[in-house]
Amino acid sequence: MLSAERDTMSRNSIHHPSPLVIDIENITKEYVMGEEIIHALRGVTLQIRRNEYLAIMGPSGSGKSTLMNMLGCLDTPTSGRYEFNGKDVSEMDGDELAEIRNREIGFVFQTFNLLPRSTSLRNVELPLIYAGIDPEEREQRAAAALAAVGLEDRLMHKPNELSGGQRQRVAIARALVNQPSIILADEPTGNLDSKTGEEIMALFENLYQQGNTVILVTHEADIARHARRTVHLRDGLIESDDVAPARRSPETAGVS
Amino acid sequence: MKRLLYELTESWKIAAAQMAANKTRSFLTALGVIIGIVAVTLMGTAINGISVGFDKSMSVIGDDVLYIEQYPWSRMNDWWNYRDRKKIHTEYGDKINHQIAVTPNTNLMVAVPTMSLLRSVKFGDNSVDNVYILGTTADYALISTLDCSEGRFFNEIESRGGDEVCVVGYDVTDALFGGRSALDKRVLINGHAFKIIGTLSRQGTFLGLFSLDSIVVIPLPAFKKYFSAKSEADVRVKVRDKTHMLDARDELTGIMRRLRGLSPEQRDDFNINEQQAFKSTLDAVKATIAIAGLFITGLSLFVGAIGIMNITFVSVKERTKEIGTRKALGARRRTILLQFLIESTALCLVGGFIGLALAYLMCFGMASAFPSFPIRFSLGLVIASMIVSVLTGLISGIAPAWSASRLDPVTALRYE
Repeated sequence: MLSAERDTMSRNSIHHPSPLVIDIENITKEYVMGEEIIHALRGVTLQIRRNEYLAIMGPSGSGKSTLMNMLGCLDTPTSGRYEFNGKDVSEMDGDELAEIRNREIGFVFQTFNLLPRSTSLRNVELPLIYAGIDPEEREQRAAAALAAVGLEDRLMHKPNELSGGQRQRVAIARALVNQPSIILADEPTGNLDSKTGEEIMALFENLYQQGNTVILVTHEADIARHARRTVHLRDGLIESDDVAPARRSPETAGVS
Repeated sequence: MKRLLYELTESWKIAAAQMAANKTRSFLTALGVIIGIVAVTLMGTAINGISVGFDKSMSVIGDDVLYIEQYPWSRMNDWWNYRDRKKIHTEYGDKINHQIAVTPNTNLMVAVPTMSLLRSVKFGDNSVDNVYILGTTADYALISTLDCSEGRFFNEIESRGGDEVCVVGYDVTDALFGGRSALDKRVLINGHAFKIIGTLSRQGTFLGLFSLDSIVVIPLPAFKKYFSAKSEADVRVKVRDKTHMLDARDELTGIMRRLRGLSPEQRDDFNINEQQAFKSTLDAVKATIAIAGLFITGLSLFVGAIGIMNITFVSVKERTKEIGTRKALGARRRTILLQFLIESTALCLVGGFIGLALAYLMCFGMASAFPSFPIRFSLGLVIASMIVSVLTGLISGIAPAWSASRLDPVTALRYE
């Protein structure tokens, strides 16, 4: 049934390619560390379309984290162009980027990054507060997002009353609640045992099937295997950009 | 606009949660502010109390009454300059009244001579010592704030005739008669019998120094007859319109100089005193208290503000990762700035409330311990302390909040 669904989607995308969400052209990032200049990214070009499931891999020092920070609009490139949904974000200031992050990007962190003394519901409401949503709608949407990750009976629990997997689910609900253009997950299973990790990966698969764009940043091949497309970074450059052979689809093939 | 409102609500919730989570730390930090607010409130209360007590006492003197006396009320360190002056006579009262009657458009209303002594008063086995015996005319009722709770003040006929009648103050009535009616009873003043025709309602104390209720008022001729004809006297003159105090003073000076037969080159050999003399003395006292109070308040608030600034810096450091997360989720610089500003302000406000509560309890305790000292815990002081608390919070929070708002989200997220 799942494969049938995917076939339908693939057929559609042959005729109507999904619009670009992320369009990065030759971006570089340099850091000054004392006397030394570190070239974290040396010219990366990458395009990501709506409803892709992409993994970014690479050893430490490969520029993986820097690229993730760029994609997540947490940082701006030293040079190059970055268009997010057609908007040039490479020259934006801090508050404009905050606006983009709030509306367009759902973050999932390795360490969950929940507010320790707030309930699940309040944690998930947080991005909606920054978006200026009314309290009633906020609560309704946060509850719905929590239900979508299977935590409808944990609304009033605080993080320390939840298991690791449940905490990460809360974080995923928080990432989803503002209906972002991309979900950006940084080692989402890094702090979880493998069984719980698999459950979380199933949740991402599910989100992808529902039409979300998911970007995983990981160094674990087992995790990256879930994605449909894998970008390998090495020394600040893209080493390879593969569409997973078993799940190869014409849509992603066209891009790479 | 709505977003700002929601951010503010959120910030207050965070601030409350922070304080609830770090109760001891918050309390210790707020201590400086607590002490500051207690100091400012107590100082304000003291100044208020002194003012109120003073005004109440002053109303006994009367703000529209001039006192002709041998000595001035202030600056008594040169008393020898006044020692050899001629005494003030009660006869000046009639003379001044005569002058007032023949002067058109006069600024003066009535002159009342008084004489006084301390004597004991007896009724049956009960006795009160050191009662202020005041001899005066019926017009005294016009210039004083005395007010009969029972009976009446003596009239013109009784006054001129020197009848043995008297009007007694609250303390005397209370000591001699307890709860019973004193009217028409005969008391012995220094052995002479006087009939009580009126009792006075309670006046309180004069500047907390002596009771205004330990008094017996009798007609002046009777005073002279039974006590002393040569005892010290003064003449009190009520002014028609207290906005023309200066004119009235000049007019009275002129009358007195004529009565004393002074030639133009001679200096006044009497003093015209008024309430204002006390006021200027008191203003200096109030200013001293205010300066000392402001110094203590300023110092403790300064120390308190540094403590709060420090703890807010610690809080920013501790929660760097949280700040990073919030920024990743869309918090803008303003959001973070407001959050920490509100945290420091909330801390100061709580300190302010505790300080106010303590000050209130202290005032309450003081009021019970010294009932004669008028203590006023005013709304103005409450508002002033709240404003001071909020300002302290904002000033001490601005630097840490600013640094938090400028944090780079990438660095903050990576912070452990």
